[in-house]
Amino acid sequence: MTTLIKQTLSHLDWLEAEAIHILREVAGQCSNPVLLFSGGKDSLCILRLAEKAFRPGRFPFPLMHIDTGHNYQEVVNFRDQRAAELGERLIVRSVEDSIKRGSVVLKSADESRNKHQSVTLLEAIEEFGFDCCIGGARRDEEKARAKERIMSFRDEFGQWDPKNQRPELWNLYNARSHKGENIRAFPISNWTEMDVWQYIEREQLELPSIYFAHNRDVVMRNNGIFPVNVRLASGEIINEPKPGEEVQNIQVRFRTVGDITCTAPVISDADTLSKIVLETATTTITERGATRLDDQTSDASMEQRKKEGYF
Amino acid sequence: MLDPPRESLKSIEMSKIENLPVHNDSLLRFMTCGSVDDGKSTLIGRLLFDTKTILADTLTQMERTSHKRGLEAVDLSLLTDGLQAEREQGITIDVAYRYFSTGTRKYIIADAPGHEQYTRNMVTAASTANLAIILIDARKGVLTQTRRHSYLAQLVGIPHIVVAINKMDLVDYSQAEYERIRASYLEFAEQIGLQRTGHDITFVPMSALNGDMLVDRGAAMPWYKGPTMLELLESAPAAHSERNESFRFPVQFVCRPHASDDHKLHDFRGFMGRIESGEIAVGDEVTVLPSGLSSRVKAIQIGEEKIERAITEQSVTILLTDEIDISRGDMIVKKSEAPEPVKQINAMVCWLSETALSPARTYIIRHTTRESKAKVGEIAYKIDVNTTEKLSAEGSLSMNDIASISFKLAQPLMVDAYSTNRATGAFIVIDESTNNTVGAGMIQA
Repeated sequence: MTTLIKQTLSHLDWLEAEAIHILREVAGQCSNPVLLFSGGKDSLCILRLAEKAFRPGRFPFPLMHIDTGHNYQEVVNFRDQRAAELGERLIVRSVEDSIKRGSVVLKSADESRNKHQSVTLLEAIEEFGFDCCIGGARRDEEKARAKERIMSFRDEFGQWDPKNQRPELWNLYNARSHKGENIRAFPISNWTEMDVWQYIEREQLELPSIYFAHNRDVVMRNNGIFPVNVRLASGEIINEPKPGEEVQNIQVRFRTVGDITCTAPVISDADTLSKIVLETATTTITERGATRLDDQTSDASMEQRKKEGYF
Repeated sequence: MLDPPRESLKSIEMSKIENLPVHNDSLLRFMTCGSVDDGKSTLIGRLLFDTKTILADTLTQMERTSHKRGLEAVDLSLLTDGLQAEREQGITIDVAYRYFSTGTRKYIIADAPGHEQYTRNMVTAASTANLAIILIDARKGVLTQTRRHSYLAQLVGIPHIVVAINKMDLVDYSQAEYERIRASYLEFAEQIGLQRTGHDITFVPMSALNGDMLVDRGAAMPWYKGPTMLELLESAPAAHSERNESFRFPVQFVCRPHASDDHKLHDFRGFMGRIESGEIAVGDEVTVLPSGLSSRVKAIQIGEEKIERAITEQSVTILLTDEIDISRGDMIVKKSEAPEPVKQINAMVCWLSETALSPARTYIIRHTTRESKAKVGEIAYKIDVNTTEKLSAEGSLSMNDIASISFKLAQPLMVDAYSTNRATGAFIVIDESTNNTVGAGMIQA
């Protein structure tokens, strides 16, 4: 006996269709949204999704990057190049300016600026009056994100209250907000790291070069690989090795890119997208476990930072 | 006196392993119903662990925590408790989403707590699920909570029900116990008409703790010849409905790039949305609601790529042959199967908010991409989710209440009965003053 099975979408087509639907709901429901774009792989997926959602029209939102000043030059260049190719408006606001204004005070000069992005982001939201920020966060990244909504509500202080989130049913999203409040929209909530790489491969998306295997000076620090002697766009060199640390030049790639002071590469010879997909399928360490030094402080550290307004 | 429980025809078909269909590269959303005591977290942990979704560093962290709590083996349930606030209380109070993939299929699990006071979380998790795993503790059999979970799965229209009779290790893997529980569940299913309303039911005996009949068969239950839990998940239909549904295309956004530098685009009008049900092809005759104007599909696009035909759940842009004024909230349907716009609806509503429903107030109803102000007409009856009995309704609804309510609408909505269409039969209720989502509604025929 043959059973008639209805035609359904492949998992990538389904995820793509869902993300396009979410982007269009943001455009339909919010009056002044913005798409957060760092040049990283997740936000590059979202750019492709936005093309599929809105072309041949322009995006109904500008792109914005909150620059810690400690970003890899390759990624910053790529960010500018991609925005120019798309012909979309790119806003850059920097943590450096918040430091100058006095709204961000560093405990020490080499402190990770990752968590300070929240302050600069809130300042930018206020400056432009954005009512929704679209971001590339995924639920599989971290325990605290497993219960995150696709449309996540933030109060006037940018705070996320896990006990005060709107129930989300069917695909009926509620992105309403009062003045001063903010929605964070996550179109690729339901994607895993593997889905992201498979999508990048299928769509043949271009990526910043540091996602592919390359040689780099590193030291072993806190049981992990730590990139050293990184030259910023300004010419300044950060992440100097500590006395006694042995600098090695080895082949690595980044699974995630972010602030230089807290993003670690992994040893890899994957220099093509298909090799990266294969490596992702066989890895034994989670994306953040391997590469985000700031999440390891405590089991609940992400939850804590989100409550304080982190993306 | 009821007849001895009959085998559901669907249930027999599903149980023959050689008949199980293979789905290449699809996606299935399912939910798990049960309390911590039923081994729900262990079940999810085991699925993730055995499909190698849990990576070494997470496992190390779980080992550390297990040892800190004085456990010898790794407690797989640690994987699913999420937030600090909940860990302190030792309960899960919200829906969490987990992911795993088998290579042939990607899964999204909605994990909802099963306690009575969390009916709203169950309804939330159920709203996107195509399959529900209902966990029964083999020592306890069919309990009040089993009835509640089954009723809610029926209410929210989850087509495939898998009853997992867990903790078989604690009843000596007894086939007699399994058969007894299975019979008693089928008797209950008959009472609430679970199969009559189009749900198929499958049973699997299991020990989540030891991994029997989850991913691996194990050696303990040779008497069970049916599929394992994972085989059931792999073979369940992924389409959100097996029926032929009418084409429903709520317009989300209208693309008019007339200010573009490209002159060819000056007359471009693309209607953007997601196909909620049915399918559409270039050349099809369509009607736009609520205006009732008709036209034909000139082109279908995803971005700038043209396609001939599009199916349910695809997000596309539709171009029509005639210039018709269409905006967000309108619905494109096939001319031959257009629903009648209505200004009054009856619906089963689950109240989600700590603030009770107030019949005196005006709410906003969001249905597909359309909103309307709504006034509560009449609360016909409430449902006792434990007994599924109808109770006479008092003046209001509290959180977790489920009731049949009528609403008067300021704007017409293009609705279908929830029992025929889960997308165009559903709506949410929004409190205008807080903007919170306070109710979930399912339209009655």
